[in-house]
Amino acid sequence: MSRRPPAPLVLVAAAIVGLISLPLVYLLVRTVEGGERAWEILFSRALLELVVDTGVLVAAVTGTALAVGLPLAWLTTRTDLPWRGFWATAAALPLVIPSYVAALVFLAAFGPRGLLQRLLEGPFGVERVPEIYGLPGAWLALTVATYPFVFILTSAALRDLDPSLEDASRGLGRSRLTTFRRVTLPVIRPSLAAGALLVALYTLADFGAVSLMQYDSLTRAVYLQYRALFDRTPAAVLALVLVAITALVLVLELRARGRARTNRAGSGSPRPAPTVALGGWKAPALVFCTSVVGIALIVPLAVLGYWAGRAFSDDEPLGWSWEPAVNSVGISLLAAGAAVAVSLPVGILAARYPSALSRTLERLSYAGNALPGIVIALSLVFFAANYATPVYQTLALLVFAYVVRFFPQALAGSEAALQRVSPRLEEAGRALGRRPADVFVRVTAPLVTPGLLAGGALVFLSTMKELPATLLLRPIGFETLATEIWRYTSVASYSRAALPALVLIALSAPLVYALRARTASDSGAPG
Amino acid sequence: MRNLLVLGLAVAALAGCGSDDDNGGANGGKLTIYSGREEELIGPLIEKFEQASGIDAEVRYGDSAELAATIAEEGDNSPADVFFAQDPGSLGSLEGEELLAELPDDVLERVPERFRDPDGHWVGTSGRVRVIAYNTEALSEDEVPDSVLDLTDPRWKGKIGFAPTNASFQAFVTAMRLSMGDEQAKEWLEGFAANDPKTYEKNTPVVEAAAAGEIELGLVNHYYLYLVKEEQPDAAVANHFLNGDDPGALVSVAGAAIVDGTDDEDQAREFVEYLLSEEGQRFYTEEAEEAEYPLIEGVEPKEGLPALDSLEGPDVDLDAFGAELERTLEMLREVGFTT
Repeated sequence: MSRRPPAPLVLVAAAIVGLISLPLVYLLVRTVEGGERAWEILFSRALLELVVDTGVLVAAVTGTALAVGLPLAWLTTRTDLPWRGFWATAAALPLVIPSYVAALVFLAAFGPRGLLQRLLEGPFGVERVPEIYGLPGAWLALTVATYPFVFILTSAALRDLDPSLEDASRGLGRSRLTTFRRVTLPVIRPSLAAGALLVALYTLADFGAVSLMQYDSLTRAVYLQYRALFDRTPAAVLALVLVAITALVLVLELRARGRARTNRAGSGSPRPAPTVALGGWKAPALVFCTSVVGIALIVPLAVLGYWAGRAFSDDEPLGWSWEPAVNSVGISLLAAGAAVAVSLPVGILAARYPSALSRTLERLSYAGNALPGIVIALSLVFFAANYATPVYQTLALLVFAYVVRFFPQALAGSEAALQRVSPRLEEAGRALGRRPADVFVRVTAPLVTPGLLAGGALVFLSTMKELPATLLLRPIGFETLATEIWRYTSVASYSRAALPALVLIALSAPLVYALRARTASDSGAPG
Repeated sequence: MRNLLVLGLAVAALAGCGSDDDNGGANGGKLTIYSGREEELIGPLIEKFEQASGIDAEVRYGDSAELAATIAEEGDNSPADVFFAQDPGSLGSLEGEELLAELPDDVLERVPERFRDPDGHWVGTSGRVRVIAYNTEALSEDEVPDSVLDLTDPRWKGKIGFAPTNASFQAFVTAMRLSMGDEQAKEWLEGFAANDPKTYEKNTPVVEAAAAGEIELGLVNHYYLYLVKEEQPDAAVANHFLNGDDPGALVSVAGAAIVDGTDDEDQAREFVEYLLSEEGQRFYTEEAEEAEYPLIEGVEPKEGLPALDSLEGPDVDLDAFGAELERTLEMLREVGFTT
C-alpha cells in the first residue's frame, strides 16, 4: 500500500487544502498583530472556564447524538420496524432545521411560560418546568440539529455492509449481540466516528443555539468579542483556541476510527441484508422512534405551524416570494457539487495513499468546519476585498465560503466511500491496460457514487441553512431562505419567519427521501 | 479550485446577478449602504429616499458590529459608501480606524450636540431611550420604580430581566459610570447582581419575557415594546419611563456615517441629509412601527411618548463610550455578568 502518490494529485490536494485553510492564516495574522495582548488573553482564567464549558457541551451533544443516531440507523435499515421508510426520512429531516430556529422553537415550547408549561399548568398544576436556559437548552437544540449526521452516515454504512460477514459470525454460533459488537460495529466504526466528528465540529462552531440559550461557549465568546469591543485580537485568539480543540477532537476521532479495513469485494451483494424480526421489541422501538421524531421534528413543525398560522390570519399581505427559495436551492446545489468535486483529490490521497502527508492534509482540511461562521466570513472578506477584488461579493466567493465551511462533510462522504472500494478492483483495471483516470471513471466512480451523493447531500442541507457567512459575503440583494428567517426573527416577527423556515424544511425533505431511496437501491443492485 | 470559481462565475453571469459591477469602490452610480438597522424597520425609509432623490440604493443588511468589522477588513477597498448603524459604538469603532469621512457642518448641526460625534464623523439619526418594560398583569404603573437605583430593592429579587451582552445595556452601564462615578456604579451593579436578575440574549427576548410573566421588569430600549406588540397585540407589557434625570435614563442614538474614500460622496451626503430632513425624520413619527425619536427640531415624537427635552438623562458624551467600553466590560466581568 505504500505506493507513491502521483505528483499532480498531491499538488492539487495541497492547493485545495491550502485555500481551505485561508481562515487559519487570517487568524494567525490577527493574533500576531495583537502581540502581548494575545498572550494575556491566552492565559486568562476566563478562557479556561470557556474551554471547560465548551468541552462539556461538545461531549454531551456528541454522546447523545451517538446514542440516538446509531439505534435509529440500525432500526431503520436492518429490522422489520413498521413504516421504516417514514422513520428514515423523518429522523434525518431535523438536519435542515437551523440551530437558531431549533433554539427559538424549544424556548417557545419548553421555556418558562412556554407552551408545555401552559399545557401542564391547568390539569396538573405544574408551576415550573425545568429550567431550559443554559446547558439543557443548548444541549437539546444542538443534539436535535446534529444527531442526523450520525444517523445518515451510519445508515449508509449499515446498508452498504456485506451481510456475508455477519452470516459467517452467526454461522459460527455467535449471538446476534456478539455479532453486532464484534463484526458489525468495527465495520461501521469509521462512519460512526465520522458522524460524531461532524457533530462535535458543528457544536464547536455553533452560535445560534448557544446565544439564545445563554450558554457560554467559545464560539459565543468570539461573537461577543466582535460585537462588543470591535477588537479583532481577542476574537482571533479565542478562535485559534477553537482550532486547537478541533485538533484534539480530530486526534480522538482518528483513534476511534480503529484500524478496521472495510473494503468489500464488489459494489454490493446479490441479496440485501436479512431483516431482523423485532418481535416483542417492536413496541419499545416504536416508542423510541416516536419520541425522537416527536421532539426533533414534530415539536418544531408544530410551533412553526402555529406561528405561520398567525401570519395567515393577519390582515397584512404575506408578500411571499419564491425567489429566496430558488436562490437557496441553486446556491446549495452549487456548493454541494463544488465541495464534492474538490473533496475527491483529498479523499483519494487519504484513502489510497496513506502517509503522514496525506493524513496531515486531510486533517488540516477540517479546521474550517469548527470555526464560527463569522470568522470564516471576515477572513474571506479580508482576502477577497484586498487581494481578489473581482470575486468579492460574488456568488463564486459565496460558494467558496460554503466549501470552506462544509468541506469535511463532503470529505466524510467521499473518503468513506473510497475506503469501502477495494483497491484490488482498481489494480485489476490497470492491469488490463486502462489508464488510471479511465479506471476511476469506469470502476471507482460507479462504486463510490452513493457515498459522494451522501456527502453532497450533507453539504447541500448545511448550505440551505447557513447564515453568518451568507449575510456578509452574498451579493447585495441575494436573499436566501436563511436570510429571510433572520430578517424576520431579528425584529421578533416569528409569524413571518415561520413561513420561510417551513419552506426550507419542505424543500429539503424530498432530497433526504430521494437520497435514501437512491443509496438503498444502488447498494442493493447486483455488482 | 479554478474550476469552482469559473463555475460560480458562470452561474452568477447566467443568473444575471450583475455581480460584475458592484465590486470595489467603483459601482456605477449606485449608492451602497451597509445597514445594521433591520430591513423590516428602515426598508421603507430607504425606498422613500430613492423616490425623493432618484438615486439607486443598494443595501447590505447585517449586524451593526459585524458590518463595522467587515468595513474594517475591507479597508480602502470597501464597496460601502454609507454606514447606517444601530449604535454609536459601531460608528465609533470605525472612526477609531480612521475609516469615516467628515460630515458637513450643516448636516451635523441639525441635531442637538449630545447626539453627534464632536469630531463630525458620524451623526445620530434617531433616538432611543432606556426604560423599564413591565408586566401589566403583575404590576400597575405606579409600582414600577422611577429610578434604576431602586432595582436593588429585594422586592425585585429574581424578577428583573436584562441583556448583559447587548451593546445597549453596556452603554447604559457606561452612562451610569460616567454620571455617578465608577465606585458608585459598581456598588449599584453588585446590588443589582445580588438580586439575581435573569439574563437574555438581547432586548426583544427581555420584553417577551416580561410579557409572558417570566419576569416582572425588564431593562430595555423603549422601542422594542412596539415590535413585540406588533407580533402579539395583546401582550401584557408596557414601558415605564424613568425620571428625566435618572442615571439610568440614557438617551442613545442610531446613526449614520460616510465611509472614507467613497467615490459616491455626493450621493452618500445626500442620503445622510435625507435621513435628517423633515421628511426623513417624520418617518419615525408617522410611519415606523417602532416609534423611535426624531432628532431634528420641529418634528415631534409619536403620540404618547414624553418629549425628548424632558429626558435629560445622565449628562454624558456618547462619543466617549467607545473608549469607556473596555472598563465597562471589565466591571461587568467582575460582577459576574459576562465572561
